Amino acid sequence: MTNLGGSKMSQHKQIRIALNNCGVIDPENIKEYIARDGYMALGKCLTEMKPEDIIREIKDSGLRGRGGGGFPAGLKWEIACKNKADQKYVVCNADEGDPGAFMDRSILEGDPHAVLEAMAICGYSMGATKGLIYIRAEYPLAIERLKIAIEQAREFGLLGKNLFGTDFEFDIEIRYGAGAFVCGEETALIHSMEGLRGEPTIKPPYPAESGYFGKPTNVNNVETYANVPIILRKGANWFNKIGTEKSKGTKVFALAGKIKNVGLVEVPMGTTLREVIYEIGGVIENDKKFKTVQTGGPSGGCLTEKHLDTPIDFDNLVQAGSMMGSGGMIVMDEDNCMVSVAKFYLEFTVEESCGKCSPCRIGNKRLYELLDRITQGKGEMEDLKRLRNMSNVIKDTSLCGLGQTSPNPVLSTLDNFYDEYVAHVVDKKCIAGQCKDLMTYFIIEENCVGCTACARVCPVGAITGEKKEVHYINPEICIKCGACEERCKFDAIIVK
Amino acid sequence: MTKIKTLADLERIKNEMRSDKDLNGSQDNSENAVKIKVGMGTSGIASGARDVMDFLTEALEKRNIEAVVSQTGDMGYSYAEPTIEVRKPGQKPVVFGYVDVKKADLIIEKYIKLGEEVEGIIPVNYKTIDD
Ligand SMILES: Cc1cc2nc3c(=O)[nH]c(=O)nc-3n(C[C@H](O)[C@H](O)[C@H](O)COP(=O)(O)O)c2cc1C
Ligand code: SF4
Ligand code: SF4
Ligand code: SF4
Repeated sequence: MTNLGGSKMSQHKQIRIALNNCGVIDPENIKEYIARDGYMALGKCLTEMKPEDIIREIKDSGLRGRGGGGFPAGLKWEIACKNKADQKYVVCNADEGDPGAFMDRSILEGDPHAVLEAMAICGYSMGATKGLIYIRAEYPLAIERLKIAIEQAREFGLLGKNLFGTDFEFDIEIRYGAGAFVCGEETALIHSMEGLRGEPTIKPPYPAESGYFGKPTNVNNVETYANVPIILRKGANWFNKIGTEKSKGTKVFALAGKIKNVGLVEVPMGTTLREVIYEIGGVIENDKKFKTVQTGGPSGGCLTEKHLDTPIDFDNLVQAGSMMGSGGMIVMDEDNCMVSVAKFYLEFTVEESCGKCSPCRIGNKRLYELLDRITQGKGEMEDLKRLRNMSNVIKDTSLCGLGQTSPNPVLSTLDNFYDEYVAHVVDKKCIAGQCKDLMTYFIIEENCVGCTACARVCPVGAITGEKKEVHYINPEICIKCGACEERCKFDAIIVK
Repeated sequence: MTKIKTLADLERIKNEMRSDKDLNGSQDNSENAVKIKVGMGTSGIASGARDVMDFLTEALEKRNIEAVVSQTGDMGYSYAEPTIEVRKPGQKPVVFGYVDVKKADLIIEKYIKLGEEVEGIIPVNYKTIDD
């Protein structure tokens, strides 16, 4: 069915698979989900397929984890299936901690049953009867809709005992997280659900061997699960025709930053960054020049013009020096200072590090301090070497994925915007005009008519001058608030 | 509610829901009703979608227009929230962005009543799993 919305159409760049029902059905009405073939996959699996058939189908589909790592989902299910135990668990990771990301929230708010159905299918294929959804308490609407969905599924006999007239039983509970980024890491997430501190532990053992209370546990991301019912309905061979050789299907991104169409997009793997940014995102506003696109959040990096024709997939983004991450994508222009961007992510990491291991706890703090010094114009060339060395040590020696990836924003900006670092260090200049400490306000003599407007608005009395004569800003006193520049009607005040 | 035990049980509900296949599973499938869906994800609600939904429900009833207003999830157009989808009987659905109460009023008076164009239409820019 095509619905063209009454407008001219070129070839659509997006395909909605994970977002198939999002913005289409009423998420609080299970019948609307059923009307769109909901729970058909579960019914088919329970009545017509053996667990190993399902696992093979998921493996053949090529589905890889959408939570960041890109681990093959079918393989993970198989490992969890092969590990025998009296009880096993199916866990949905809805922690979604990347700043600015809201893909998983949107799926849970718009199509909660898809995740429930997928978890039940996963349970059947690995021999688990219990599902747990770990979600941050800051997502009240998603939680509310999940609760309603679970209640309705139980009412309809789609969760509980004897599903589809078989011996199989499955039920799902919600567990709440306090919104710590590190609790999205699967071992920390499991510890948090066990009532312990949300700190990661060394892998192996992987959760599929020893997870929740030591039992085999399959952890997948929300978006990973959302693909599952559709794969089983349409077949692995339908799904694996979409995407690139090693990354199948689509990826949902939360597109943000200096573009027109901020929002959720779902594109086939293999779509280029340029297509996402220019064709879907829409040209950059105010004719500012495109500078970089950040993917992968605090674990990712900043890619440039030369990467724009890279087809997006797990491996290509890593090769380009960033990563897929969970799906944040922020477009930046010439007004964004790259040292400040690196500093922003490091500040986040320092805040979110659990502190268990020293490279991450202390190393990231030191990285942050170095970056802070550079943005204040107090950096030296030696600092740039220190940044790189320390980054590599932190990556190599941290215990969990948080520390192992936290220096990526520093490394990728050093790689791609080295000149900008040098400008901060040597010339004490911030080209983007973002680092306040490196800016000076001054008055162009030829333009100044001596109207005194600026002097009257300056909060610290930094501007002096007689009426009808050229005014002067004392840089020692100026706090760079910008008030004078805004007030001057003669374009006499500029920032450099 | 009797529990679902077979695939046929599912089919039955499915058919009940869309005796008219084009209705996309809206609960009320009366053929003459205007179907409106309001994007009520977090970002929609934060931009005022609840007010828009309340207004639409009330205004359509007061103005004697047969309509079904329901909520749905995030349509993906954060830049244009709140967003609504309007499907007039026998016509393709149209998505409107930047819908506040004033705009909703305009959509009723111009688009729904008279079939005139209203600014802010968001063209569908994706394929579905059935395309
Ligand atoms: C610091 C850190 C944070 C993470 N946060 C999330 C998260 O918010 N959501 C998520 O699904 N996976 C997150 N992950 C990845 C999980 O550890 C795990 O790999 C994932 O949930 C597995 O599911 P998938 O294979 O379906 O992606 C995080 C990993 C690390 C190291
Ligand atoms: S790397 Fe950081 S977040 Fe991970 S265990 Fe070590 S201190 Fe904690
Ligand atoms: S406001 Fe502009 S023109 Fe007037 S005194 Fe200040 S700098 Fe000169
Ligand atoms: S930037 Fe602010 S503090 Fe500096 S001279 Fe202008 S008004 Fe005064």
